[in-house]
Amino acid sequence: MIYAEGLRRRYGAVDALKGVDLDVPQGTVCGLLGPNGAGKTTVVRILTTLLRPDGGTARVAGCDVVADADRLRYRIGLAGQHAAVDELLTGRRNLVMFGRLYHLPRRTARRRAGELLERFGLAEAADRPVKTYSGGMRRRLDLAASLIVAPPVLFLDEPTTGLDPRSRLALWDLLRELVSEGTTVLLTTQYLDEADHLADQIVVVDSGRVAASGSPSALKGKVGGGRVSIAFREAGDLSAGIEVVRGVLPGEPEIDRGERRLAVPVEDGAASLIKVATALDEVFLRLTEVTAA
Amino acid sequence: MTVLEPPATRLARLGWALADSLTIAGRTYSRLRAQPGELAGFLVFPIIMTVLFGYVFGSAITLPGGGDYRSYLMPGIFMQVAALTAVAAATAVSEDMALGLIDRFRAQPIARSAVLVGRSVADLSIHLLSVAMMALCGVVIAGWRPHGSPLETLAGFGLLALFAYAMIWIGTYIGLFVKNGAQADAATFGWLFPLTFLANAFVPLEGLPSWLRPIADWNPMSAVVSAARRLFGNPGSAAASWPLQHPVTSTLCWSVLILAVFVPLAVRRYRTATSR
Repeated sequence: MIYAEGLRRRYGAVDALKGVDLDVPQGTVCGLLGPNGAGKTTVVRILTTLLRPDGGTARVAGCDVVADADRLRYRIGLAGQHAAVDELLTGRRNLVMFGRLYHLPRRTARRRAGELLERFGLAEAADRPVKTYSGGMRRRLDLAASLIVAPPVLFLDEPTTGLDPRSRLALWDLLRELVSEGTTVLLTTQYLDEADHLADQIVVVDSGRVAASGSPSALKGKVGGGRVSIAFREAGDLSAGIEVVRGVLPGEPEIDRGERRLAVPVEDGAASLIKVATALDEVFLRLTEVTAA
Repeated sequence: MTVLEPPATRLARLGWALADSLTIAGRTYSRLRAQPGELAGFLVFPIIMTVLFGYVFGSAITLPGGGDYRSYLMPGIFMQVAALTAVAAATAVSEDMALGLIDRFRAQPIARSAVLVGRSVADLSIHLLSVAMMALCGVVIAGWRPHGSPLETLAGFGLLALFAYAMIWIGTYIGLFVKNGAQADAATFGWLFPLTFLANAFVPLEGLPSWLRPIADWNPMSAVVSAARRLFGNPGSAAASWPLQHPVTSTLCWSVLILAVFVPLAVRRYRTATSR
């Protein structure tokens, strides 16, 4: 349902994507996992026609993302990190507007808005302006807006970032329901547990590359009992990196000062990889490469 | 639900673009209904300008060629309000960008030009409402009258509307670049407001220092004001430059030039715009 091969994208001098492959079968959930700046959002933007790839090809629901963009847009829904709805309008007015922009007849758009508001527990708030909504309600409205034409493929860019635990669980339930109805979902997340709970397939993205992929259990098995190794560009970064790694992982790092490289034995490769990459990201190290092997 | 398909023929595509533009314009009206204060602002600002300039400046300024200052002033205020439509357009577009709404629109099968065209047409219609209010105010409070034929009066308002529409597109283009409403305001109002004063809108140009005079003479804002004065038959002052001697032609040229440059630029920018 979602297929990408060798996706590349540059922003000025920065190589945001250095060749990403994806293959998501129908009715499954693929979790793109990785730290901030890894390239997750860029992948979503390319697959939803918001950004043209500099190289590689991608097809979603049988449509090429460049050549067949308009047909593709009728077959996808996109919900982002920000609830992309009009704050001043009511929830219902927002959904009717988005429905009209899918060229649904007015009556169909109204009926569909009513159904979605009901289903997402927003019926009572339907005629209030969105600015009076809570964070969880906004996110549900945003998701409802992406489901107006009941698209076969749904893209969710960090759907639960900034939500309280209860709203997060409620959103997970909604997603599971959609998947059980046959929807194919690609979601990005920084949380391993989110990918673990929802995804049939996890793709770990780091520095614009696919670092690892597989089912949650296979991924854990494959890299379980392995090592996380990190290469640094500068000797000074290595020393700082050692401190960071000691802080987040239980194992003692083996250090190769000449190669500016360190390696840590770990039990759960995927989780550790994310932990390390996130921690390094936070201390602004210019890491060149993190791999689980 | 059946899967929808994009239109196949050129004519169907046009109908599609039109329907999308109307939907987007409808959104602007709904937003305005949701914040009546905003609408009141649009309508009250021109009244304040008329009273403020008409009576505060009007008591001190005498026109070189004689004539009533308040009748001289009205075309100037019409131009200023038309020029400042760029500010509201830039602010609104930048806020849609910041909210990620532009992303959602772009991920939907909407005609490429529709979001910006729909917005601009709605903005223009709101501007026209404010012009009507202003004209009424000018007649009642300031004793302003158009003295030309009905056709000339209509042409005067038409020309001002064309200029306002051109300015809306400048604002739209700027709004696609800046990060938020405050930046949009600074990036438009910051140069536009002084530019409306560096013209013959409020004072005759005869008194300007010689180094400033050519700027004001060639400022498109001056041409717009002169064109409106000529078509309304309101008092004006001597024209020293070609644009002010042919104000209607130069206003038409300026407006068409701005639209020819900024409409394609803005639509292209929208197609590749990245929110945040």
